[in-house]
Amino acid sequence: MRVADAIVKALEKEGVEVAFGIPGGAIMEVYDALYDSSITHILARHEQGAVHMADGYARATGKVGIAFATSGPGATNTVTGIATAYMDSSPIIVFTGQVPRAMIGNDAFQEADITGITMPITKHNYLVTDEREVLRIIKEAFHIASTGRPGPVLIDLPKDVTQADIEFDYPDKVDIMGYKPKIQGHPRQIKRAVELIMKSERPIILAGGGVRISNAHREVLELAEKIPAFVVTTLMGKGAIPEEHPLCLGFIGMHGTKYGNYAIMDADLIIAVGCRFSDRTVGKFDEFAPNAKIIHIDIDPAEIGKNVRVDVPIVGDAKHVLREIIKLIEFKARKEWFEYVSELKRKYPLKYEFHEKVIKPQFVVEKVYEIFPDAIVTTEVGQNQMWAAQYFKVKYPRQFITSGGLGTMGFGFPAAIGAKVAFPDKVVIDIAGDGSFLMNIQELATAVDYGINVIVCILNNAYLGMVRQWQELFYDKRYSATRLRYPEMSFEKIAKGFGAHGITVEKPSEVEDALKEASEVDKPVVIDFHVEVEENVFPFVPPGRSLREVIG
Amino acid sequence: MKRTIAVLVENRPGVLARVASLFRRRGFNIDSLSVGTTERDDISRMTIVVNGDERTIEQVVKQLNKLIEVIKVSDVSENSVHRELALIKVNAPPDRRGEIIEIANIFRARIVDVARDSFVIEITGDEDKINAFIDLMRQYGIKEVARTGVVSMARGSKVTLV
Repeated sequence: MRVADAIVKALEKEGVEVAFGIPGGAIMEVYDALYDSSITHILARHEQGAVHMADGYARATGKVGIAFATSGPGATNTVTGIATAYMDSSPIIVFTGQVPRAMIGNDAFQEADITGITMPITKHNYLVTDEREVLRIIKEAFHIASTGRPGPVLIDLPKDVTQADIEFDYPDKVDIMGYKPKIQGHPRQIKRAVELIMKSERPIILAGGGVRISNAHREVLELAEKIPAFVVTTLMGKGAIPEEHPLCLGFIGMHGTKYGNYAIMDADLIIAVGCRFSDRTVGKFDEFAPNAKIIHIDIDPAEIGKNVRVDVPIVGDAKHVLREIIKLIEFKARKEWFEYVSELKRKYPLKYEFHEKVIKPQFVVEKVYEIFPDAIVTTEVGQNQMWAAQYFKVKYPRQFITSGGLGTMGFGFPAAIGAKVAFPDKVVIDIAGDGSFLMNIQELATAVDYGINVIVCILNNAYLGMVRQWQELFYDKRYSATRLRYPEMSFEKIAKGFGAHGITVEKPSEVEDALKEASEVDKPVVIDFHVEVEENVFPFVPPGRSLREVIG
Repeated sequence: MKRTIAVLVENRPGVLARVASLFRRRGFNIDSLSVGTTERDDISRMTIVVNGDERTIEQVVKQLNKLIEVIKVSDVSENSVHRELALIKVNAPPDRRGEIIEIANIFRARIVDVARDSFVIEITGDEDKINAFIDLMRQYGIKEVARTGVVSMARGSKVTLV
């Protein structure tokens, strides 16, 4: 069998239903094989878009997302997408074409050393030099991408490899000498954790993206109710607990809720589940939660002790470990702590000033939440992302999809397309900024082409808003290169030019109607909300400061 | 703090690049690195001497373990035999050859090449011994030094195996 056909057959065996990509010279054999396949291929308009789509699909479903690109520029265009998936531990496999083996290293046409380039941003990558290894490699790639701490895997396929002939003998087992993720937590550490929990008077759970990955949201809720403890999340952890639940204090960090930040700083015990204590979440490392003992549960041992000191490390899968802990703990009332935190919640709510004439971006997100509480929401990066995170109260895991670690502008729209492909019956909304949306606007063509009807809500402030906010607060209002001037430009017309639906909204009173209209149109929709231009995201913990030093 | 780490890796192209790339990206300082085969064809052994505080070393070990092709990482700093080999080309005019040979003998070094006015001397030992020998050779004028980097093995019956 031709290797290209064997690759596609292997993907079918792995249960792949959809793939995203763009063909080109070096990957044409594989595309030829896809022509007869049951796999639906979505033709993106830029390889970065294709990888974000695969990533969005993976985050929405938990399945491995698949992307294809050709050699050279096709491959290098995937880099931002791969790095985005890597930072947020998203399982994707990227197949790239490569020049024929004999030409590798000769600076051939469209040659790029993509395995070299992606070495630090993939969980693992392969250059296939022997066609007899390709099936083993694909089997390994699925295993590596989706188990342990998930992440992207890249497989580089020289053109003559894809043209070669092999037996289709797809392995059903993987055995990698140096890769055996640890699932069960150590019983002694679990016992120590339970002792700390029982002793604690001010416990708090910090839930990260690992909760979603290990499907441990039920366990988080059960643990929170049984201790009982309040729950804060990281940005990636949104959805680990329904955010309207009385024990949930929202997400913490630079733009997290004040009450969440204050509560974790005052806790005497932090039970951290599947998170990596990033600088955006904990602020100044040495001043983070000074009086708290920390239990850190993570499947990646390298995350434990990397950023903050840990008292009880537990390496293992969040779901397994939490189940063991739940079995051993008993309810203990902590009245004082509950009254204290409830008071924080009352005293420091998220707030903004509504305006009759000017649209406040927060108001748009509130309306989106009110009208589409069950929608899958993706975000771009910057102010739009933070307002979305603050005002859209996530109900279930995998509902909120955002580029947390890398902070990739241009991620949200293609990710929304990927999520919508996975869940065609759900409303999928990208909360965007005008700057971010322009970074992958070409994917409107993809959305229209395949009838992938996502809704893009642009919070258009004609600025690179988050940078402008920093310039206002830290650079004496010197707005260097952040004003996006386009008096003649209309996102509505651009959308229509692509064959999508476009709406421009300038008054607060029109916001609701526009959103309702969007849900009734049988097309992808772009809503251009002209919002308050110099609105800032508050609360705000300046970079490198303790979570107590909140502005706004 | 200097630590010596033994790393067993799958013997595949690109493994060295992955390890080197990891050290560069995470800002770890390598003092020396040596790679060679083992008793098994499919496994190579790297010995890495790395400089850093306790936390850095812990990260080095953990991050190395995360590489898929890394099979085992062991800290072999203590209770191990450490050896390095160095070749030193040193000026050896006829009137000073006797002295050089005498010093070489004390260090159990061997003269492996003799030219009209220079020697190539081979010496094995731990780092300190080699440093001391090189220091002594300076007075004669060192023309060239090549060192292999340290390889280490635990003493006794303890083994670093898969």
